[in-house]
Amino acid sequence: MSVLVYVEQADGKFKKSGFEAVSYAKAIADGQGTHLTAISIGNVGENELKELGKYGASKVLNVSSDQLKNFVNQAYASVIVEAAAKENADIVVLSNSFSGKGLAPRVAVKLKAGLVDGAVELPQTADGKFTVKKNAFSGKAFAVTELTSANKVIALNPNAFGTKESAGDATIENFIPEVKATDLTAIVKEIVRATDKISLPDAELVVSAGRGLKAPENWGMIEELANLLGAATACSKPVSDAGWRPHSEHVGQTGIAISPNLYIAIGISGAIQHLAGVSSSKVIVVINKDPEAPFFKVADYGIVGDAFEVVPKLIEALKAHKG
Amino acid sequence: MKILVCISNVPDTTTKITFTNDNTQFNTSGVQFIVNPYDEIALSRAIELCEGGKGTVTAINVGDSSTDPTIRKALAIGADDAVRINAVPRDAYFTAYQIAEYAKTGDFDMILCGRESIDYNGAQVAAMVGEFLDIPSISIIKKLDYDGTTATLEREIEGGKEVVSVTGKFIASCAEGVAEPKIPNMRGIMSARTKPLQVVEAVEIAEVAKVVKFETPAPRGAVKQVPAEEAAKLIDLLHTEAKVI
Repeated sequence: MSVLVYVEQADGKFKKSGFEAVSYAKAIADGQGTHLTAISIGNVGENELKELGKYGASKVLNVSSDQLKNFVNQAYASVIVEAAAKENADIVVLSNSFSGKGLAPRVAVKLKAGLVDGAVELPQTADGKFTVKKNAFSGKAFAVTELTSANKVIALNPNAFGTKESAGDATIENFIPEVKATDLTAIVKEIVRATDKISLPDAELVVSAGRGLKAPENWGMIEELANLLGAATACSKPVSDAGWRPHSEHVGQTGIAISPNLYIAIGISGAIQHLAGVSSSKVIVVINKDPEAPFFKVADYGIVGDAFEVVPKLIEALKAHKG
Repeated sequence: MKILVCISNVPDTTTKITFTNDNTQFNTSGVQFIVNPYDEIALSRAIELCEGGKGTVTAINVGDSSTDPTIRKALAIGADDAVRINAVPRDAYFTAYQIAEYAKTGDFDMILCGRESIDYNGAQVAAMVGEFLDIPSISIIKKLDYDGTTATLEREIEGGKEVVSVTGKFIASCAEGVAEPKIPNMRGIMSARTKPLQVVEAVEIAEVAKVVKFETPAPRGAVKQVPAEEAAKLIDLLHTEAKVI
């Protein structure tokens, strides 16, 4: 038995959430007294593949093929399951990213395995049960889920476990899977990725704003603050519904759920649906002119004040801080 | 054209989440149940695609009879007929299997669902159904166009989007942007009462996962207030105390 981790890449570079998945899978392998194999699909250079050893993979299966250079979940699931069989892996770990959400369920069905999506902690194996804690009710609760199947699939939430280096060297093995044509009927036509922006689901720092900003043209200072911090920008539901900001920035119960190290909410009152999507953030800062705003009840730091006065002060202070 | 739309019965978004039976069960007492908001988006797009007699929309739900009001809501929004698989949904694997088994009995051109249910947030069902049926599954789409044979979908990726094209049967899970959720009108509500709702018994499948316990997040400590005129202090606190910047 062994553990297999699939590591996502974009343009030949592994993502931070991928290194987190390797670190997490290594801790599971240690707990099970076994070794960890990583699998990479797409065109990734040898130096980048070697990086996976630093986080605990003892072997890296490198699937480099033009046919598989774009992510097609149906084909990738087949490749991962073929690798799991070859490595005799009974636990498969992936990232709970946009792509991971389309991939992990297919892997689980192929392996007749239970799946925990959005895992936030390492599995517990006390009294012969294999349980994993995951987010549920959009951040309003956690569900401890027992996997009762022989094979198990876990999709790790970004920013939940961190990366852990463990001195090690990985051997790299080229792996040529069999790919069925019927697995490749979905065709990727175009990939559009803003390279100058930090992606919200992976972001460690997030600056978010709501209706308190009054108009879309007032977002300049929010973007400046985010740029200075190296943060992603986000918004509340009314703001994306009004078309002031794109839907992809909407965090909350019906948007996306995030758990950054720092979440700064500016001019957002903190409706229960919004709080659901951000409550697992490690540190929450709330800036609102209404001292009764419900958001203050779940904040770590608060400033009662007008965003148009407070935010420029923060920008100034950050510039001074950075020298 | 025939479209199957998966409808999940979930607690209203304003619900305060509590548990009973030693934190092993969700406390449904006093909770209002609704059509999962993302499923509403999927349903609305399906109705748009079938407008003008171009096709029919069937809504499917896995649940016991307590979910009938939610299914009637889907019919009021504009689904032509509905199916309820008579079982309490154990987990996504079980639910997806039921939907796939039903889908095999009808010749559906596409299956749509929401990106995730807002209770268990699994986001698993679409891709599982796709795998059970061995058809493409596109998770978390923001746009869906269909010309009668080929679908063009925009899928969300970190920091951008991917355009995918599929010819033939497929399943997709819908997020915001795919359609504006339709609100039922009086005619829809009246006709929903008489539209067909078929009840089908579930197919047994081995259990692979179960929730053993729920936990609620630990409460945060008291908020530390920084006066507005000393806003600059916040940057120091985030650097030296919280150590996040």
